[in-house]
Amino acid sequence: MTDTIFALSSGLPPAGIAVVRISGPRAGEVLARLIGKLPKPRFARYSRLYDPADGAVLDDGLALWFAGPATATGEDLAELHLHGGRAVVAAVLACLGRQEGLRPATAGEYTRRAFENGRIDLAQAEGLADLLSAETEGQRQSALALAEGALGRKVTAWQRDLLRISAQLEADLDFSDEGDVSDGVSFRVQDGLAPMVADMAALLSSAPAERLRDGVRVVLAGPPNSGKSSLFNEMIGRHAAIVTDIAGTTRDRIEAPVVLDGVPLLLIDTAGLRDDVSDAVEAIGIERTGQALGEADIILWLGDEGDMPDGALLIAPKSDSGPSGPGLPVSVTTGAGTGELRSALLHRAHALLPKPGALALNARHRAVVRLVFAELTEAAIATDSLITAEHLRTARRVLDELTGKAGVEDMLDALFGAFCIGK
Amino acid sequence: MHKFDVIVIGGGHAGAEAAAASARMGAATALVSFRRDMIGAMSCNPAIGGLGKGHLVREVDAFDGILARAADAAAIHYRMLNGSKGAAVQGPRIQADRALFKAAVHAMLNSQDNLTIIEGEAQALILQEGKLSGLRLGDGTELYTKAIVLATGTFLNGKMFCGEAQTPGGRVGEDAATTLGAQLRVLNLPLGRLKTGTPPRLDGRTIDWSALDIQHSDSGTWTFSDMTEKRTAPQLWCAITRTTQATHDVIRANLHRSPLFSGDIEGQGPRYCPSIEDKIHRFGDRDGHQIFLEPEGVDDPIIYPNGISTSLPEDVQLAFLRTISGLENVEIAQAGYAVEYDHIDPRALEPTLEIRALRGVYCAGQINGTTGYEEASAQGLIAGLNAAAAALDKDPIVLDRASSYIGVMIDDLVLQGITEPYRMLTARAEFRLRLRADNAATRLTPVAISTGCVGLARTAWFEARERDRLALIERLTTSFGRTSIGERQSQFDLIRTAGFIPDGEGVDAGILCEVIEDARYAPYIARQAAEVRAMRANEGIRIPQALDYATLAGLSTEMVERLSAARPTTLGAAERLRGVTPAALAAILVAAKRLAA
Repeated sequence: MTDTIFALSSGLPPAGIAVVRISGPRAGEVLARLIGKLPKPRFARYSRLYDPADGAVLDDGLALWFAGPATATGEDLAELHLHGGRAVVAAVLACLGRQEGLRPATAGEYTRRAFENGRIDLAQAEGLADLLSAETEGQRQSALALAEGALGRKVTAWQRDLLRISAQLEADLDFSDEGDVSDGVSFRVQDGLAPMVADMAALLSSAPAERLRDGVRVVLAGPPNSGKSSLFNEMIGRHAAIVTDIAGTTRDRIEAPVVLDGVPLLLIDTAGLRDDVSDAVEAIGIERTGQALGEADIILWLGDEGDMPDGALLIAPKSDSGPSGPGLPVSVTTGAGTGELRSALLHRAHALLPKPGALALNARHRAVVRLVFAELTEAAIATDSLITAEHLRTARRVLDELTGKAGVEDMLDALFGAFCIGK
Repeated sequence: MHKFDVIVIGGGHAGAEAAAASARMGAATALVSFRRDMIGAMSCNPAIGGLGKGHLVREVDAFDGILARAADAAAIHYRMLNGSKGAAVQGPRIQADRALFKAAVHAMLNSQDNLTIIEGEAQALILQEGKLSGLRLGDGTELYTKAIVLATGTFLNGKMFCGEAQTPGGRVGEDAATTLGAQLRVLNLPLGRLKTGTPPRLDGRTIDWSALDIQHSDSGTWTFSDMTEKRTAPQLWCAITRTTQATHDVIRANLHRSPLFSGDIEGQGPRYCPSIEDKIHRFGDRDGHQIFLEPEGVDDPIIYPNGISTSLPEDVQLAFLRTISGLENVEIAQAGYAVEYDHIDPRALEPTLEIRALRGVYCAGQINGTTGYEEASAQGLIAGLNAAAAALDKDPIVLDRASSYIGVMIDDLVLQGITEPYRMLTARAEFRLRLRADNAATRLTPVAISTGCVGLARTAWFEARERDRLALIERLTTSFGRTSIGERQSQFDLIRTAGFIPDGEGVDAGILCEVIEDARYAPYIARQAAEVRAMRANEGIRIPQALDYATLAGLSTEMVERLSAARPTTLGAAERLRGVTPAALAAILVAAKRLAA
């Protein structure tokens, strides 16, 4: 059966709305699972999206259902029109990725399916080749940058080590009857893999490259009416958030990018947290606050010390209106403490950004390294050399996709170069 | 009398298998060989199977081929290589009595319906307006045919080297097929040159066996063919010895007398089966190299010393042999030699092994740049089946990489070509965990039955076996037990998770082993299934042969060269070619659809 694929089909968030498309045989089934039932074909339906795993609300939006083959791709097709925030889109895509039989679409895959299913004609398809070569040119350039960069050198070294280890293992599997090989193989795969696995673990725990582009995520959180929105407005220098004395004024999260002393930050104001909520909209807002907290790099906590999430920076707001509790005293009205807050924030943010010149992984590289890391970890613990070999094969294939090299032949070259094989 | 559906040229392992396969398909088949008595000869080591190769033998057997049965009839020593590892890399291997092997091949060919054996030299293909119409023999006889299988081994422009001496020929004491070779050159087929070698044969009566380690035959009961009931030939032992520093000194001092080093041999030899002079030259730091002393037969004093193939002069061969433990007084029965021969660039072939530029002509075995009896036999099977299918107007028979080692080998050959004699290795099969020697029948016999090449006896055997196998799986997946932490699971899963061993009462041992192995690797086999699906999706997109890659924009010169040489038949095959990028594939896809429109 063909894989079912999904992708964000509109521009990069944040945007007004975001359109996610799901194409393939499982599209209908997954849509029904997310919104409860399949909408009437070709009619937009306002629906609440739930994560089927735990019933958590992902977003409210429009769902559309088109049965194949009379669709853009020629397959069953579902469309979700979501709120265009980064977190919402990321949560929905992550949820789709967890559904069985679904995977993210690769570049040009919708177009390719449309073409193969006869949904676009030859003239349009001529454009496809150009599009794909442009894309590949982009990939080539990024591969080139990779080849010249620090990561490229690392990947090349990993490939070389993996080939060497695979060759030793394969020699043991394919030439074990020949005394000359078993004499020479006095190694343990685990020992060979250990330095590589440690190297990857260190790299995976380092700051991601995207933080430079997207900013360090700073979330303002606390109980209702604690002054989050006032502080938010002060920090971004404009009135983006509505400020009143009424508890629960902020219903949804508000995001604003700012640059402090050259450090990119993404400030996120959230709905205040309280338990006794009767208003459904406020309830969703609170759920989103929880999401934002989960994805935060830095949390500014404007509430009781006892309720503070781990590692948050405790702020004592409204320090002008009477004695304040523990935490950094800040007054938006007088400006007292804003300088201290700024330097505390920058101090934390600096630690979260890649050091200049240090190796930073972008999302694609990180995903690849994570996959390889997982395969090598499995390879090292397997007691059956066949399973070890299978994990090493997958690891090589994944790494090869990064650099565009491939092949059993490379491994055999390593094998024949290292062993005297043949009776 | 002189009209056939298929003519097979050559009676080695590829030719015999091709002729038998074609005849089983119901095609009127002729097998042409220089000498009838040499059909089925084992010209190199007297062993069948091994790692990767054992898989091929079982796969040929799954198609009702002859190799496995002949091997069983001749087996004087059984060994399951990698016996302690997973079944996917276990390699059944036997030592064969040469005389028994040849006799078994002769018996099977002689009793095969639709098959005529013709003794003579295949001198020239008869072409009419560029199309194949027949074959002319050395005595002028003309045979008419719809299809020909070339299985000429090392006989195409074969040249033998023993030290400074060179003689034309494909095997000691036999002629080379020079006329046919010349014709193929004139036909402008892409040819290359390869070399291979054999060790000296020793007189076993002059070996001091008491000084040597002995290796006995496996005590098990396995056989190569599903149709063999039990082991029949007497079991002999082998012995192991090693080269010494003194051996290496003799060889080093005489390297200049080896045609390999003097530059007389231009053909590329195999890296995995190097001559002893190569081993000493490349791995000179080793203090010794192992030699297996293998008997050539029950009533035969000749011993095959596996591990010291050489083309040094005979006096040097004797000198270095006598520095080896147990061989101090050895006599040579037949000196070792190297053979250099022509092969066709296999990229000129279709996956059916038909020459793209010469319809009706199929190639199998060493002529395609491979080495080994098993590789030859497996190609013979596919070439024979397809030649017969074409002659009888049936569908072609193509196996893909996910189905079999045969599929892996042919895909490697016709797509990537070769730079050294090609030998099967389990490392070449990316779907190795699915492709085991013990499940060859399950994987391939249904395909074989549908082609029509399987006899009644095997069909009946297979149907009964399949019933039993499915019944066992049904029983294991519907009976439950608990893991060590108390989790309820099917017995099938418990085999993997808790080391459960199913009750084998009343179940065939082969079926039991196969199902246990399936259960052990189930998650990995399932993971590979996704890869297989992706591969097969692209296999479904055909590329018209009329496509001119040079006219496609965006392809590098190197890609155009590789694509034009290999002419992949599907988008999947194009994707596997080294150096072909996603953008190039997109361009090919568009061009293919346009041509088809």
